[in-house]
Amino acid sequence: MPYSIDQILRGNIPRVERLPPTAADPSVVPVSLRINGHTHDLQLEPRVSLLDALREFIGLTGTKKGCNQGACGACTVLINGERVNSCLTFAIMHQGQDITTIEGLGTPDDLHPLQAAFIEHDGYQCGYCTPGQICSAVAMLKEVEQGDASLITPSLGATNVELTDEEIRERMSGNVCRCGAYLGIVDSIRAVYEQQKGQ
Amino acid sequence: MRAFTYTQASDAPAALQAVIKNPEAKFIGGGTNLVDLMREGVERPNEVVDINSLPFKQIEELPDGGVRLGALARNSHTANHPLVRQRYPVLAQALLSAASPQLRNLATNAGNLLQRTRCYYFYDVTAPCNKRQPGSGCAAIHSVNRIHAILGTSEQCIATHPSDMAVALSVLDATVQVQGTEAARTIPIEEFHRLPGDTPERDTNLGHDELITAIDLPAVPFATNSLYLKVRDRPSYAFALVSVAAVLELEDKQIKNVRLALGGVAHKPWRAHAAEAALLGKPATVENFRQAAEAELQTAIAYEHNAFKIELAKRTIVRALLTLTERQPLA
Repeated sequence: MPYSIDQILRGNIPRVERLPPTAADPSVVPVSLRINGHTHDLQLEPRVSLLDALREFIGLTGTKKGCNQGACGACTVLINGERVNSCLTFAIMHQGQDITTIEGLGTPDDLHPLQAAFIEHDGYQCGYCTPGQICSAVAMLKEVEQGDASLITPSLGATNVELTDEEIRERMSGNVCRCGAYLGIVDSIRAVYEQQKGQ
Repeated sequence: MRAFTYTQASDAPAALQAVIKNPEAKFIGGGTNLVDLMREGVERPNEVVDINSLPFKQIEELPDGGVRLGALARNSHTANHPLVRQRYPVLAQALLSAASPQLRNLATNAGNLLQRTRCYYFYDVTAPCNKRQPGSGCAAIHSVNRIHAILGTSEQCIATHPSDMAVALSVLDATVQVQGTEAARTIPIEEFHRLPGDTPERDTNLGHDELITAIDLPAVPFATNSLYLKVRDRPSYAFALVSVAAVLELEDKQIKNVRLALGGVAHKPWRAHAAEAALLGKPATVENFRQAAEAELQTAIAYEHNAFKIELAKRTIVRALLTLTERQPLA
């Protein structure tokens, strides 16, 4: 096998050489992105989505392209800690912001609690939606902690949210799983929520 | 996607100058709808003017007891702002019922009002569509039109406006604050969106050389008893088939104040004035609710696949009012 599992998991795979953009090409502009704590100085057309910048220009292929139209959530990343669909925004609009992808949450040797919980509770089958599910869940637990309501939260006046399974499902509805691993996904998230609550 | 020039505007005058110089330029805020439409080739701007560094992100109380929602405040932040949650539950619920958390984190308040219809023929650049290409015809009228409008349609267009937020703003009598190059102006929410008529390509009365700076909510003390009831094919992350925004105040079991608006049924949020007039001063009973709903839907026209929306709209109005009646502590 040309690449080790470790290399694949880390996205540490040499990229196919792209023709360098010619300096005279007015359509390409410098774009500087801070991703997982590292600064990447790129030459991009303004029409390159944040998702394509991550996958095709930086080589961070952990973030997945599912529908490319904001319907599936596979491309979910965190911008300044908030979850967004990276397919529906241009990379050039996010200079100076802190972008976190699945590669920035944990490593194969040191998994993020949600990554560990997804393995423990069968939170996936094929795994394609998993990076988006996990990024989304990380931000969702933070939203609950700060008292954000969902549509099914019984009282908008209360700032204390009880994260029931129904709440988890409503709050995670932006992430679709075609294998139907929802039971395991809910179990994984509940486990981490209870673990954090106990601390 | 067509290539474009990216311009970052530092302030409102610079943003306005950019779009006045270039009639093909478009503002971008959250971009969740615009990027999608550009990828599909429905929108083809040759310049995108990023307005995200403009100072319109605040949500603040107004001297008259109302609340100003910055044009660039995100839908998620707006829904969860204490002033919105406490004073305007109908708006918080409408926002939280829309799209997904990821989309709400990008989507701005102004962009929510300016999003385009999700009519499949508008999105399909190979289909005739008077909204996308004036004069080309309407594919929806004689094709699959289950999600389409039943009120205020024209022979040119039967598309619906997709926003939930705008339906809630309608019952709150919100105003849209707009900055032009010469002056600022205020557009009442009911006059902001348009019916299709013979110009379905125009969704709103906002000019190309105008920029939304804020949405103002007046003080509506009785809006604490309000709700947004959204009926859809699945319980989350779907557009409304029919939705109802409702505000109700009772006094001695009589209706003292009532405001109703419908979503998913027209080219704009449909303020139900006929139903409101039928209810004011009447006892809060199911019969009166049903009668008011009948009055509002009297002018509804069904197409081949959407006749169910007429009965659904009536029942959703009745259920919304019943729920608010049960919630209202009897005076």
